[in-house]
Amino acid sequence: MSEHVVSKKIYFLIFGALMVLTVLTVYVATFNLGGPFNAIVALSIAVLKALLVVLYFMHVRYSSRLTWAFVGAGFFWLAILFALTLSDYLSRPWLGQ
Amino acid sequence: MEQQKEAGTLGMWAFLITEIMFFGGLFMAYILYRTKYPDAFSSGSGHLNWRLGAANTVVLIVSSLTMALAVYYSQTGNKRLLIVMLVLTMILGATFLVVKGFEYHSKWTDHLIPGFGFEWHLRGDPQQVQMFYFIYFALTGIHALHMVVGLGIMAVILRMAVKDRFTPAYHSPVEISGLYWHFVDIVWIFLFPLLYLLGAHEGH
Repeated sequence: MSEHVVSKKIYFLIFGALMVLTVLTVYVATFNLGGPFNAIVALSIAVLKALLVVLYFMHVRYSSRLTWAFVGAGFFWLAILFALTLSDYLSRPWLGQ
Repeated sequence: MEQQKEAGTLGMWAFLITEIMFFGGLFMAYILYRTKYPDAFSSGSGHLNWRLGAANTVVLIVSSLTMALAVYYSQTGNKRLLIVMLVLTMILGATFLVVKGFEYHSKWTDHLIPGFGFEWHLRGDPQQVQMFYFIYFALTGIHALHMVVGLGIMAVILRMAVKDRFTPAYHSPVEISGLYWHFVDIVWIFLFPLLYLLGAHEGH
């Protein structure tokens, strides 16, 4: 497997997408969508941006399966941290404010 | 060579996973306190200057582009443009830190440093808002520290590039340092909406 050289065109395309998403997230934040929806939209955009950076700027899309496993495991463990902690805190309202 | 490169990439990712866990703990603290004090967090966030935060987001994304291009030029063996891209990346990284410095200074003059005469007269319980600012300084401070380290790494890579150490067959240091730089960018991609945009619609 020889090294994959990502073309400049792809880098500029990803850069453009990141810029558009940044403008979008700022624009949406000026409205009060009510309830948790501001956070949901903002986080969805952030995850999308992070994915673009990881897959293209960090070349994971073109990397070996072992690299995929490493990266996937890292974010999977992060998800465990959030999910298990929140399932505890959010299900015990009697702890009070 | 191929195997060495693979080992280097995996090693960097193993380190970045520890970094994900490190920042993950801080993000966890943010999530918990935000669910606990939603109003105070929104109010505290509304006082941050989201325009400066957005400007810094753009600066970091451009620096990620120049970093990616630096890797490209090291792969294609264009020494002159590799050096140009590394220098641009460092200038953008330094710009980010300067803007951050101005932001911190305004927090100081507004008495918003937790533990050092923190004052809050706007909406929200001052103690709870202070918790928001504590988490703000912890997250952005540690992120800024990573930027400083990144600048140091880039200085070393720049020196190696000037000394003709890289060829299309051997440029792993550029690529691996790039992974670190992009990772720090990703952390900011999450910090910006979570800290600055959360209360942007309140605008005070």
